[in-house]
Amino acid sequence: MAKRQLKLIARKQKTDRSAKKAAPNEAIPLKKPAKPIVRLTATDLAARQREISVSEFFTKNRHLLGFDSPAKALLTTVKEAVDNGLDACEEAGILPDLVIVISEISETRYKVVVQDNGPGIVKAQIPRVFGQLLYGSKFHRLRQSRGQQGIGISAAGMYGQLTTGRPIKIASRTGLNKPGHEFEIQIDTKRNQPVVVSDRELDGKAPAADKEKRAVERAFEHGTRVELEIEATYKKGRHSVDGYVEQTSIANPHAKITYVDPGGERHEYDRVATELPKAPLEIKPHPHGVELGILLKMLHETKARNIASFLHNDFSRVSAPVAEEIARAAGVSPGMTPGKAAREQAEALYNAIQATKLMAPQSNVLSPIGDELLLEGLKKQVTADFYASTSRSPAVYRGNPFLVEAALAYGGGHLPADELSTLIRFANRVPLLYQQSACAITKSVIQTTWKTYGIQQSRSALPTGPLVIMVHIASVWVPFTSESKEAVASYPEIMKEIRLALQDVGRKLGLYIRRGLREADAEKKRSYIEKYIPHIGIALQEILGIDDKRKEKVCATLKDTLERSRKNE
Amino acid sequence: MSEANVVPKIKKEAKAVEESILKRKKPSLKFPIRSLANVRYLEKEGYFEIRGRKKERTLTVNTVKTFAQTLRMMALSKTLVETDDIATKREAYYVSKNWDEARFLEQTESDTVMDDVEALFEVNREQLGFVPEEKGGDVAGNLIVIDKDPNTGKTIRIDCTKFGSGAYSIPISVEDLKFETKAKFILVIETAGMFQRLVKHGYWKKANCILVSMGGVPTRACRRFIRRLADLQKIPVYVFVDGDPYGISNIYRTFKVGSGNAAHINEFFCVPQARFLGITPQDIIDYKLPTHPLKEVDVKRAKDALKNDPFFLHHKEWAKAIEHLVSMGVRAEQQALAAHGLNYVIEKYLPQKIAHPEKFLP
Repeated sequence: MAKRQLKLIARKQKTDRSAKKAAPNEAIPLKKPAKPIVRLTATDLAARQREISVSEFFTKNRHLLGFDSPAKALLTTVKEAVDNGLDACEEAGILPDLVIVISEISETRYKVVVQDNGPGIVKAQIPRVFGQLLYGSKFHRLRQSRGQQGIGISAAGMYGQLTTGRPIKIASRTGLNKPGHEFEIQIDTKRNQPVVVSDRELDGKAPAADKEKRAVERAFEHGTRVELEIEATYKKGRHSVDGYVEQTSIANPHAKITYVDPGGERHEYDRVATELPKAPLEIKPHPHGVELGILLKMLHETKARNIASFLHNDFSRVSAPVAEEIARAAGVSPGMTPGKAAREQAEALYNAIQATKLMAPQSNVLSPIGDELLLEGLKKQVTADFYASTSRSPAVYRGNPFLVEAALAYGGGHLPADELSTLIRFANRVPLLYQQSACAITKSVIQTTWKTYGIQQSRSALPTGPLVIMVHIASVWVPFTSESKEAVASYPEIMKEIRLALQDVGRKLGLYIRRGLREADAEKKRSYIEKYIPHIGIALQEILGIDDKRKEKVCATLKDTLERSRKNE
Repeated sequence: MSEANVVPKIKKEAKAVEESILKRKKPSLKFPIRSLANVRYLEKEGYFEIRGRKKERTLTVNTVKTFAQTLRMMALSKTLVETDDIATKREAYYVSKNWDEARFLEQTESDTVMDDVEALFEVNREQLGFVPEEKGGDVAGNLIVIDKDPNTGKTIRIDCTKFGSGAYSIPISVEDLKFETKAKFILVIETAGMFQRLVKHGYWKKANCILVSMGGVPTRACRRFIRRLADLQKIPVYVFVDGDPYGISNIYRTFKVGSGNAAHINEFFCVPQARFLGITPQDIIDYKLPTHPLKEVDVKRAKDALKNDPFFLHHKEWAKAIEHLVSMGVRAEQQALAAHGLNYVIEKYLPQKIAHPEKFLP
């Protein structure tokens, strides 16, 4: 299985000139170097060509996975563990209750503990899930989830192992009456295989000295606890773990999160929703979203006996008649065994698929946060005068259904009025903290004309004002610009949906701001009346010599007359 | 000029406002529109008369501030008149600083309200107790001004021949002055420089005249002083200004027939008997005067006068003269005569001109 996924990695490898070529038994033949180096024979080269371990690859390219700086490594580690925990809880239908504890071991070394109340992991799987890169349940399916690739947590484990030499520690229990297990796992970085360092049954009989641990073990009905020691630095602020946890609670109003920061300060984020979000459904790939390479791979791996049933069963929105139609259009016999299809035939099929009109993919498979919970989540963390949110209907890019949600908070004195507004980005409920300017969300916010809604905006910049903008993209496959999942790629369909969502909340904001201006104007007029009518009384008294009583009567009558006319305006 | 007390007028207006308020109506004040577009030129009387157009300021939420300020300005005026006191425009501005929220933030605001009140009652601001800051003008020559000592009330005679190289300064209020003179004419001069030259060389003695320096656009006091002097003593008035659109259409026109802005009082603050001695466009040619090119703003001013100014529209000779100036594209200052010798103006130009007053422009 790992080999198959190597393709993904190997593609990136091309940019790395010093790296060796991928394995020859790869499913998709890679091109030989265009210009063989003259001084070496093919035999010499063959001697040097060998499989690249993903772990070796990771060591060289850890920035691709979000471990490029010590500060970011800490964030990525927490993020991967939290993503997994939340995904696991939701899939099992459990309201998530997460505990995150970060403690400082030294200035450059931290311990990260993330515990969830999810379904737990069966004993046999624990070593592979945490000790092997590209092992997981999420890569091979199309379903909205936080994790997508099965790299994350094991990469964090590998990072810890590489920087501190310490194994990743996993405790997991699948139910109250089932035995829990605690593993210490290292990764054999050459073979990409887990090595179990220690394995112990959880019985609440941890060493008496470790009180905290014992308490945890007792309270541990079901769930998973991940403990890592990594080289890292801790920073406060929006781009740090602090910001990540806070934003996670905004996008996951159904989750309770307890976060203890390295300073020992405890942050409690209570849940504002007591129901789990609608469970996302898994769908088969839509033919229009499949590239030729993937089609070839699917042809070779399918269990279908012939092309027609392959098209019908392995894809969504392909009925049996349509499958036959595609095969005929491609000049391929519908009865042909898929595995025997040559590259040319696969290409013909690919072209035929592109030329065939198909129904759009099912879009009710996604799980939006929903405009009400978006508001709740935002209100919980941001103090403002005005909130608006919108949750758009699903749309499709490259055969993948996705949907966009947006919310904003405005005014109220707590948000800085003369700075650029704050943008919070989410993809499948996960906060995106880095690479803001490369992200389709940021581009869409900048391209939206905020002046229309009464908000200042300089050219090519985020709007300026006491404003927090939040955008969430949910999809069965969010197109990130890199494996570290920090920025959403700018597909025109996605940009369009984000723009429409922003315009929707923008319009609501515009109404509010204009109403505010109107009220301010009315208030000004009201105060005008209060301020200046006495002077009319004084002047008339001075000129006409009227007594105070009459003066008061004049003022009162005039005030009444003006108030009434103001209201009739 | 009518000496009618303005207090009853103020009371009447205030009463109307009060009654209107008590009837639960929005009171309003009617102000004449003060601009050239709202004047007509009365040829016989010789001044710009205000036409009927008025703007009505109704008391609404939006106008309540200005309305309150206008009423308070009226109250201030009443107090000033009743206590026989005066306030300069600047002082009135400072008085308003006691009005809390209704105070003026800039003097231009209080000046505008003052002008409005003045126009509302169609009186001169001096009648309201408000006096301008600026000086009235300088006088030298064969004239005795009869004034009263402001403290003792005793009559004093001021001999304008006895100021040496200085001059008598026209007071702000000229209504009670009396005059004695045997002068043949009054020569009104635009610049202080030319005035000094004529005084220094005793021109008034030589020509038996009264010299008045306006120092630019004449103040109301200056105009009123010359008007009364000329009316009472029945002597002609000759105006000697720069030969440019400003000297002609701003200074001379305002002096002779009044302005659009003060249209409600032009009747009293104009000198219809004034005649234009020079410098005429023809003088530039006849006296071979050194010139400067007309600036863009000069040309615009000249064209404006030809198109919109009722005075120049009425006098064809003037229209021709201005067109002549524009076609030459040049202007000449009074002092340009010095090109022919410093005292050329006294020895040649003025005597030659004065010999033929019938040739003066109207």
